[in-house]
Amino acid sequence: MPEVTYLEAVRDGMREEMRRDESVYILGEDVGVYGGAFKVTAGFQEEFGESRVIDTPLSESAIVGAAIGSALLGQRPIAEMQFADFIACAFDQIVNMAAKLHYRNGMAVPMVIRGPSGAGTHGGPFHSQSPEGWFAHTPGLKVVVPSTPYDAKGLMKAAVRDDDPVIYFEHKFLYRRIKSEVPEEDYTVPIGKADVKRSGEDMSILTYGAMVHQSLTAAEQLAGEGVDMEVVDLRTILPLDRTAILDSVKKTGKALVVTEDTLSYGVGAEVAAIISQDAFEYLDGPVTRVAAPDTPVPYAPPLEDAFLPNAEKIAAAARQLAAY
Amino acid sequence: MTVETPERAGINVPDREGLYASMFRMRRFEERAYELFLQNHIHGTMHLGLGQEAVAAGVAAALRPDDYSLGTYRGHNHIIARGAPLDRVMAELFGRATGLCKGKGGSMHLTSVDHGAYGSYAIVGAHLPIACGIAWSSKVRGTDQVTVCFFGDGATNIGAFHEALNLAVVWRLPVVFVCENNLYMEFTPIGSVTAVVHPAGDRAPAYSLPSVVVDGNDVEAVYGATAPAVAAARAGEGPALLEMLTYRYSGHSRTDPGAYRPAGELDQWKERDPIAAFRRRLTETRADMDRLERMEADVEREVAEAVESSLNAPQPDPDDLLTDVFASNETRWRT
Ligand SMILES: Cc1ncc(C[n+]2csc(CCOP(=O)(O)OP(=O)(O)O)c2C)c(N)n1
Ligand SMILES: [Mg+2]
Repeated sequence: MPEVTYLEAVRDGMREEMRRDESVYILGEDVGVYGGAFKVTAGFQEEFGESRVIDTPLSESAIVGAAIGSALLGQRPIAEMQFADFIACAFDQIVNMAAKLHYRNGMAVPMVIRGPSGAGTHGGPFHSQSPEGWFAHTPGLKVVVPSTPYDAKGLMKAAVRDDDPVIYFEHKFLYRRIKSEVPEEDYTVPIGKADVKRSGEDMSILTYGAMVHQSLTAAEQLAGEGVDMEVVDLRTILPLDRTAILDSVKKTGKALVVTEDTLSYGVGAEVAAIISQDAFEYLDGPVTRVAAPDTPVPYAPPLEDAFLPNAEKIAAAARQLAAY
Repeated sequence: MTVETPERAGINVPDREGLYASMFRMRRFEERAYELFLQNHIHGTMHLGLGQEAVAAGVAAALRPDDYSLGTYRGHNHIIARGAPLDRVMAELFGRATGLCKGKGGSMHLTSVDHGAYGSYAIVGAHLPIACGIAWSSKVRGTDQVTVCFFGDGATNIGAFHEALNLAVVWRLPVVFVCENNLYMEFTPIGSVTAVVHPAGDRAPAYSLPSVVVDGNDVEAVYGATAPAVAAARAGEGPALLEMLTYRYSGHSRTDPGAYRPAGELDQWKERDPIAAFRRRLTETRADMDRLERMEADVEREVAEAVESSLNAPQPDPDDLLTDVFASNETRWRT
């Protein structure tokens, strides 16, 4: 199996879907001639032509709106937001239009909106956010956040084939830092299915995105201290894989929920609530959260380091919970 | 659509050497900042306005110190033009505690309320409606302060631009919109994604907004077009839009070599460098070159001091992560 980077996996997933299905097309700012600000669509316009890889004006609302319209008529658009932060400019189209069209009028909206999210690159307040919580709160959407090249490619293919609007957040910090083997043959990663990235008996970490890697590092540290951690990668945020969450926590009796997103009202809160309600009798300690504090993402490296959860912070929380 | 010249506007530029020095200050600041970026003193990314200095300098020269301005993520020039101290601008680029935003924002968020500079905005177009609100406030308070809003050609394709232009006219606001048309959004020529030739100037008439297209590399032309627009806004005659034709020398941001630009284009624009051209003109018209050279030396010293002090400035305290979330610093959400 070839080794590919996380970024290449996103690219390969889209390219294979475009080869497989003529109705798939890409639109976004600088995605065509230039190949995308992060070069995710490099070479696409050469291969698929200008009508399937479209350079748009700087108009997020129109990008998503036009994608919706064409999806209603059976095309399968993949709309790029250059940074996930700018998705806010298309908010109405996503949460009021795409999310509700099928419920209101029975019209399916098979589309993908993708973009790089997350911090760690000193991008400051407008280029570092983790906006998955904004959309996880919107019924009618699906939200996926892959952590590995395998999942990135498989979830992209599943997202393109899905008949609902899928918001696909790829972590920009992982783009070129994570590399692993990905099968050449066609496969998908089902939307709505979590994945146990490390199995263990003593404590469950429930996490996703870049924090999967920090959690795995923390789990290695704790292993040396005699605590056997399980790391569950949620992969899909909406709909959540409740079964996988509960199965793991029922087995270990301890739950550590880790998100890069800020603490309050986010995915972590939802996971914690599910565990508290449906695995209450199995718990041997308080459901614990590690998350960024409730602040915007600052620019200066010492501040950004203080903001971001990392392996050390996760390990510290895990030690406390283990000792409970 | 006419290209305005200072002669036609009948304007005398009050301090030509000062106007030159203003551009020179931006140029030297950014050249040094770029070197420091390559040495990893500045993190993340950075957007340079090298080549576009005449716009910020000429516009700012037409403003009073108590006027307001809003800039973009390509905003070093915008904030420096308003008189922000270079050491605090540089310290912000470094992410130091002494920076304009205490290191929380960085290059794309420069703000100096003391100089009337109400922020730099990296969500493209978001600040045009905010500029309307600032201008509305002057009107409500009965002051004659004018608001200037800088933005790029790419910003003219987002809804906020159109909403702001309409609002400014309907509310007859003392706001002057200044489009820096450098021919590209990031990596895409603006002409390939825009329905009109002049992305800002050609849209303004749809909102009955007076507009002029200006040679943005000619600092006197910029001043000459801005001064009457600002005067009209100040006199209660309503808003205006200026589209400044200019060019950025560097790529969009640090990782961009600018390879998408046609061969020779950059060199053509460099021949029309706003700073070199104006210096030549000043020599020919027998400006006070001794004074000008003294000003250049002052700028060099100021830039060197800004670098030196930024290198020695303290890093932000990690605890400061939790401050400033709310205006009342006591109100902490949860830590
Ligand atoms: C709403 C939004 N969409 C996309 C971006 C990404 N982006 C940053 S700058 C830019 C191009 C802006 O072009 P222009 O307005 O001409 O300004 P210039 O960079 O040329 O000064 C884009 C697409 C953004 N920052 N905000
Ligand atoms: Mg531009």
